[in-house]
Amino acid sequence: MQKVTRETLIEKAIALIAEEKVNRVLGWKAGEFSYDVTPAVFNDAESLKKDFVFTDFCGANFSKYLVKETKKDGKVLVFLKPCDTYSFNQLLTEHRFDREKVYVVGIPCDGMIDENAIKAKVGDGIISVTADGDKIKVETLYDGVKTLDKAEVLSERCANCKSKKHVAYDELIGEDGEVADSNRFDQVEMLEKMTPDERFAFWQEQLSRCIRCNACRNVCPACTCEKCVFDNPNSGVENKAAADSFEEKMFHIIRAFHVAGRCTDCGECSRVCPQHIPLHLLNRKFIKDINTFYGDYQAGEEVGSRAPLVNYTKEDIEPVDAVKKGDE
Amino acid sequence: MQRIGVFVCWCGSNIAGTVDVAAVSDALKSEPGVVFSTNYQYMCSQAGQEMIKEAVKEHKLTGIVVCSCSPRMHEQTFRKTAAAAGINPYMVEIANIREQCSWVHKDMKEGTEKAIVLGRTAIAKVHLNAPLVPGESPVTKRALVIGGGIAGIQTALDIADAGFEVDIVETKPTIGGKMAQLDKTFPTLDCAACILTPKMVDVAQHEKIKIYSYSEVVDVKGFVGNFDVTIKKKARYVKEDVCTGCGLCTEKCPQKKVPNDFNLGMDNKRAIYIPFAQAVPKIATIDADYCTMLKTGKCGVCSKVCTAKAIDYTQKDEFVSEKYGAIVAATGFNPISMEKFDEYAYSQSKDVITSLEFERLMNAAGPTAGKLLRPSDGVHPHKIVFVQCVGSRCAACAEKGKEYCSKICCMYTAKHAMLTRDKYPDTDVTVFYIDVRTPGKQFDEFYRRAVEEYGVHYIKGMVGKVSPEGNKLIVQGSDLIANKQLKIEADLVVLAAAIEPDRSARPLATMLTASMDTNDFFTEAHPKLRPVESPTAGIFLSGACQGPKDIPETVSQAGAAAAKVIGLLSKDKLTGNPCVAHSDEMMCNGCSSCEKVCPYGAITYSDKEFRGPNRTTLIRRVASVNEAICQGCGCCTVACPSGAMDLKGFASKQIMAEVDAICK
Repeated sequence: MQKVTRETLIEKAIALIAEEKVNRVLGWKAGEFSYDVTPAVFNDAESLKKDFVFTDFCGANFSKYLVKETKKDGKVLVFLKPCDTYSFNQLLTEHRFDREKVYVVGIPCDGMIDENAIKAKVGDGIISVTADGDKIKVETLYDGVKTLDKAEVLSERCANCKSKKHVAYDELIGEDGEVADSNRFDQVEMLEKMTPDERFAFWQEQLSRCIRCNACRNVCPACTCEKCVFDNPNSGVENKAAADSFEEKMFHIIRAFHVAGRCTDCGECSRVCPQHIPLHLLNRKFIKDINTFYGDYQAGEEVGSRAPLVNYTKEDIEPVDAVKKGDE
Repeated sequence: MQRIGVFVCWCGSNIAGTVDVAAVSDALKSEPGVVFSTNYQYMCSQAGQEMIKEAVKEHKLTGIVVCSCSPRMHEQTFRKTAAAAGINPYMVEIANIREQCSWVHKDMKEGTEKAIVLGRTAIAKVHLNAPLVPGESPVTKRALVIGGGIAGIQTALDIADAGFEVDIVETKPTIGGKMAQLDKTFPTLDCAACILTPKMVDVAQHEKIKIYSYSEVVDVKGFVGNFDVTIKKKARYVKEDVCTGCGLCTEKCPQKKVPNDFNLGMDNKRAIYIPFAQAVPKIATIDADYCTMLKTGKCGVCSKVCTAKAIDYTQKDEFVSEKYGAIVAATGFNPISMEKFDEYAYSQSKDVITSLEFERLMNAAGPTAGKLLRPSDGVHPHKIVFVQCVGSRCAACAEKGKEYCSKICCMYTAKHAMLTRDKYPDTDVTVFYIDVRTPGKQFDEFYRRAVEEYGVHYIKGMVGKVSPEGNKLIVQGSDLIANKQLKIEADLVVLAAAIEPDRSARPLATMLTASMDTNDFFTEAHPKLRPVESPTAGIFLSGACQGPKDIPETVSQAGAAAAKVIGLLSKDKLTGNPCVAHSDEMMCNGCSSCEKVCPYGAITYSDKEFRGPNRTTLIRRVASVNEAICQGCGCCTVACPSGAMDLKGFASKQIMAEVDAICK
């Protein structure tokens, strides 16, 4: 696969601005630390050259940004990795933005790095991280330079990549990949093997760490409601901080139900969680169940596809049989 | 704050027997908003209703809670009472303390406790009720009858005679159904064709009736008074309006080896055929599975001999859309397959036949021209054994057969036995039965004639095994009255196969959103009081699709269904249900989830301008509900991810309040 560099992307962006195909670019810029990359909008060649970055830390899924970006004038250029394009299609299915106002450049991806995985290996004080093929070099304040295998610090969603194939783009850089043979449901199966009490204890422990920062909701490409129920005093579930252990779980369970059948498993929720709660597991359980009950379905694979939960076919599983399967 | 009145009904001893009604009305008196609470022997009586009206006036009530029977029983009654007392009928809530409480509890303490909770729940809901005003919708003055057997024919004729247009959709190339295949009909023994075919002709000639033969209903949208139906007219490769029904093509077609389904495969027809002489419409149909021209492109004999030039090998399935105000399901029945009953050797011997096959053998227009001859060798049988209840009245746990009684078999078997003895006195006839059931006018007399006048041997007991031996059938059975095992050498064995609903009924029920029982018979709105209506408004039931029926019963039910349809179609406007969905545009994301799940097509989307921040205008895609089409099913409210969709009268908030009241 052709390695995409910062320069290739800047060159493409500048060319598209020059051709007046777009008037701005949705990209990444460096944050405080080298691994701390932030989404940003670039309006011209100059700012692109100056601030645009593209590293193995550019995990952010830009699809959701398009909901607001497309409300502005002109067309926006967005770089989308294969997994991002699923969210892109799902949002289009839900009519959340105008396709005409976006120019999608698909970029290949061989996995993004999880900075927490590096921290776990090398400890604190990371000065810089440089990729070098399959290896990455980490320079730290206390221990000098350490070399790690990229594979061992990949973020969970990339280690269990579901697809390297773009399902939406106007233009592609490099060659397109294939839908991957992912073992992303392994962890769900592990949870399913637990007894109900063990599972409850597992989630109790995980979700009790939640600080209700709402990062998962804010980043989630399926969470694009005009007004979120958790912000709506009329909804009856509006709250900020959880009052008790029930409310801790309620927020995440309601959210999982709200995105059920629409979640593309992009993994952004777990990526942004400052408390490192494996939130994607909740959604993946739903995806797995939907696949079991209604046949394999990947949200966002096709624009306009009808998710099994909002569709009826004569072959649909009878509720009693679903209950039986649930008891198994 | 609402001013709520609570009225607890005793329902005689129905409720008061297991619920301390005074304790309930006392307990509910202290609920927030309750300004009046009482109990009375029969709330639905004139005196009870007057009591409610008085209380509304005296205590200036704004909401009413009646703790009584199911809302299906008396919600309408109390809504009318409320309207008469001057408050909006939708400010009434029923707490069902009979079906859901007193009838299921035996202990007074438990029953009373639950009744209080149910009352409290209804009070919590009334607090959030708002006055609702129903809309009106027009009625399309045309009915659709699905199925062209005697049930469909009778319903269509009755509706058409009342002056309304009726369309009949029949999957077969001709109407007539099962009755057209029968020989004679019990208990009067008049010939089926003689009484059926004049009705078929009446249908064909009636200016208000249109027949879609060889057609199927493939899609139903809409609601009572306003159904949109798509009908598939299957390609018959013959131009309907050109074919004269002369039958020349059916004589000249060189493909002679097509099993004749009208005679249940006992003889052959041609690849182009007219099912029987009195078929309506009398139009030829090509069986595409057998036609050499359609399969290989080489033949074309029918086209050459057709003087009317009616043959069209390029014909395609055609789809017709029609609007109807009412739909009648009259999809009928079929005998069950004998596959699972091989102890009777149905698959091993041609001389083991079903009763419907026997009808064809006896029928003058059948494969033997009415002569009773064995299918295997064409020899006249001298010993016939009839086996009743083959697949009927099976144990619930049995993997084969049906639990129910097929109802018609006792009578038609008596008829078969009698007709055989009448025509062929040299033939010995034995009938094995579990019970002989003959409740019907002139039915028992008929059966007794078979036994007493015609000398038919009735043996109480079942047949265990039939084994072909040479050209005989050895029938092993038990005689329960004589308490002995029997072995009979028979020439012909006739099985009274159970009947089941036609296979088309299940998918049709899904399209009509009509409910079915576990046997795939359509369920009626009320088994006793609304037997010809489906629980889905505007859908009516006629004939054996609702349960096993003989011809007299089918015809009377068909007439009853027609009367209900006429009652509906004679209205100009239907009052709608105000408990419909509505969308909060400020919350709507425009995602179309609701539009996709709506079974009635009641939701549409449009771009609307909204005030944005800083004096800007935003254009957003939002949902709106057509209240005339919405049936208030609530699918959209659960599909809506943002909670913008809600149901009037059943708002999520109201339901949450009810849950809270129960869990308090």
